[in-house]
Amino acid sequence: MSVDASWYLTLAAVLFSIGVVGLLVRRNVIVMFMCVELMLNAANLTFVTFARALDDVGGQVAVFFVLVVAAAEVVVGLGIIVAIFRRRVGATADDAHVLKG
Amino acid sequence: MIGLESLRGLQGALLGAGGIVLPHIDYTAILPELILLGGMLLLLVVAALSPRRLATEFYATATVGIGIASLVASLVLWKDVVSHGPFTAVAKSLDIDGFAVLFLVLVSCVLIVAPMLAVGYLRREGIEGCEYYVLALISGSGAMFMASANDLVLVFLALEVLSLPLYVLAGFDRRRAASSEAAIKYFVLGAFSSAIFVYGIALTYGATGSTNLGQIAAFLARNVLTSNGVLLGGVALLLCGFAFKIAAVPFHMWSPDVYQGAPTPATGFMAALAKAGGFAALLRVFVTSFPTLRSSWQPVIWVVAILTLVLGASFAVVQRDIKRMLAYSSINHAGFILLGLQAATAQGVAASLYYLFIYAFLVLGSFAVVTLVAGRGDDQHDLSRYRGLARRQPVLAGSFTVLLIAQAGAPFTTGFFSKLYVLQAAVAAHSYALAAVAMGSAAIATFFYLRVVFLMYSGSAPVEAGVSPELVEPGAASLAAPALAMAAPSGQALASGLVAAGGAGVEPAWAKRSGGGSGASGEGDGAEPPGEATTGVPETPLSSSPWTVAGLGICVGATVLFGIWPEPIIEFARLATTIF
Repeated sequence: MSVDASWYLTLAAVLFSIGVVGLLVRRNVIVMFMCVELMLNAANLTFVTFARALDDVGGQVAVFFVLVVAAAEVVVGLGIIVAIFRRRVGATADDAHVLKG
Repeated sequence: MIGLESLRGLQGALLGAGGIVLPHIDYTAILPELILLGGMLLLLVVAALSPRRLATEFYATATVGIGIASLVASLVLWKDVVSHGPFTAVAKSLDIDGFAVLFLVLVSCVLIVAPMLAVGYLRREGIEGCEYYVLALISGSGAMFMASANDLVLVFLALEVLSLPLYVLAGFDRRRAASSEAAIKYFVLGAFSSAIFVYGIALTYGATGSTNLGQIAAFLARNVLTSNGVLLGGVALLLCGFAFKIAAVPFHMWSPDVYQGAPTPATGFMAALAKAGGFAALLRVFVTSFPTLRSSWQPVIWVVAILTLVLGASFAVVQRDIKRMLAYSSINHAGFILLGLQAATAQGVAASLYYLFIYAFLVLGSFAVVTLVAGRGDDQHDLSRYRGLARRQPVLAGSFTVLLIAQAGAPFTTGFFSKLYVLQAAVAAHSYALAAVAMGSAAIATFFYLRVVFLMYSGSAPVEAGVSPELVEPGAASLAAPALAMAAPSGQALASGLVAAGGAGVEPAWAKRSGGGSGASGEGDGAEPPGEATTGVPETPLSSSPWTVAGLGICVGATVLFGIWPEPIIEFARLATTIF
């Protein structure tokens, strides 16, 4: 039994949209961060689907790079979040409101 | 002993079985990047192994040396490209052409100047160490790879190598709440734009079957896919990702906050480098890979450029904070650079390259002046700080004047030619409306640059007397009237804050504060409202650090020298445009 590639692409598009909407509406920095991960993984799913459809290994290799970058982003992002946590009680984006104009 | 030969044989057997061909890596083609990364590792190791804390000057010297080494390597590469023509390296994932080498030279120059401008700041704020320089070097290597990347996956990797250190640099001064906030804002929106960018790459890959820019262009030349939704969606998402990086208008919201909150030398570095890297990849991807889709993306760039030009200039006028004003002004500059992309001709790309090259020096120098005027604590960015600066520090005020009128596009500065060439390119490509809007925005921009110049050359220092609430001298009032009306509420708030601060005694506030121990002003609660009680921190004199004098001298000197004698850089940009 095989599932048509368009289903995977649709799933990826839905995941990506959930990530975008989540990032825009949620206020917890950690959750916003998870939404970014969701978007990156939606892109990964798209890469793998196309790689399979095109019978080309390049797309699957790209997934590894995206995974590595996502891990690096986690390191830097959590570092910044911890730096903020040490000054404040919670990780709510609206707490950071010194900069405006 | 296992011989090298048997290892080779084993390797050959393994590879032969799997059918994987390892690419030949031409190390001379990536020498500038290798110098930066190798130097960065060396700095880290030296910092870790040295028994006592090394002076920040040591790291700055090393970084400048690394920058000079990579500049030399880039110029050698330039000679190579000029004599033998452009070539691809590392399995066609890098394209070493004049375009790439121009950015290698530019990034090297930024890495030579930026450490000079950071030394005084790091010492003043007591955050010395190798970190600033290490992060700058990593970021620089990312910008270099971005300019020479010939594969969308490599563009993405380079974008991240460029951006991740910049997120950290924005939050570098952990004691200030504003710095951490700038870091988290930059990080969340940067990661968001990267994710959009990756999805764009995935869709483009699906539509064209490759991530290699050359193969994408070849595929699109063979097949007409103008109404392909997946491809157009991918290209649109790529454009969104780039627009975030260069702070073009629908995606510019992060830039004023990040510019304001980040440590000031880091802001200058970020503005120069992120813009150069972002535009390098944007120009290469759109002009070399998607020329057949030009009818689809050119109108979009047209709209983005107009919005960027107009909103950047208009919002800059109403800012009371010099860093926010410079942030919006840099958005306005991004609009000008987009003119060259919108033209999508060799002339347009050359004009954009020239603009990016001279803009790096302008913005580095401007933020260096802001660093000095901000004083210890790095939080005195209100425009009123600049009142009477010329009387207190004539050389500093003179330098800032040159940099500001160059940004405004005055003749005999590099800014004039940069604006002239992008406008020429736009007119040559028949984008008359766009050129007219650009001229209009330049007029608005001239107003807010000159306002700062007028402030510097008028009135007395705010630390000396009770400051009068009006912003400008009567002579300039007719020019400044609209901004005055808009800025009046905040000006009054500031004045009342001053009265409150100064009313306690005749002694200026800074005199008490400076006796209270070094580094104290930056600590404590970060929620202190700006413009209240801290107005008295004296600005750092220009003579306090020979490094800053040298760095600022380079920026101002280049601005004036190449403004009077523009041929070398123009010729460089023209020769570099070999991607057509």
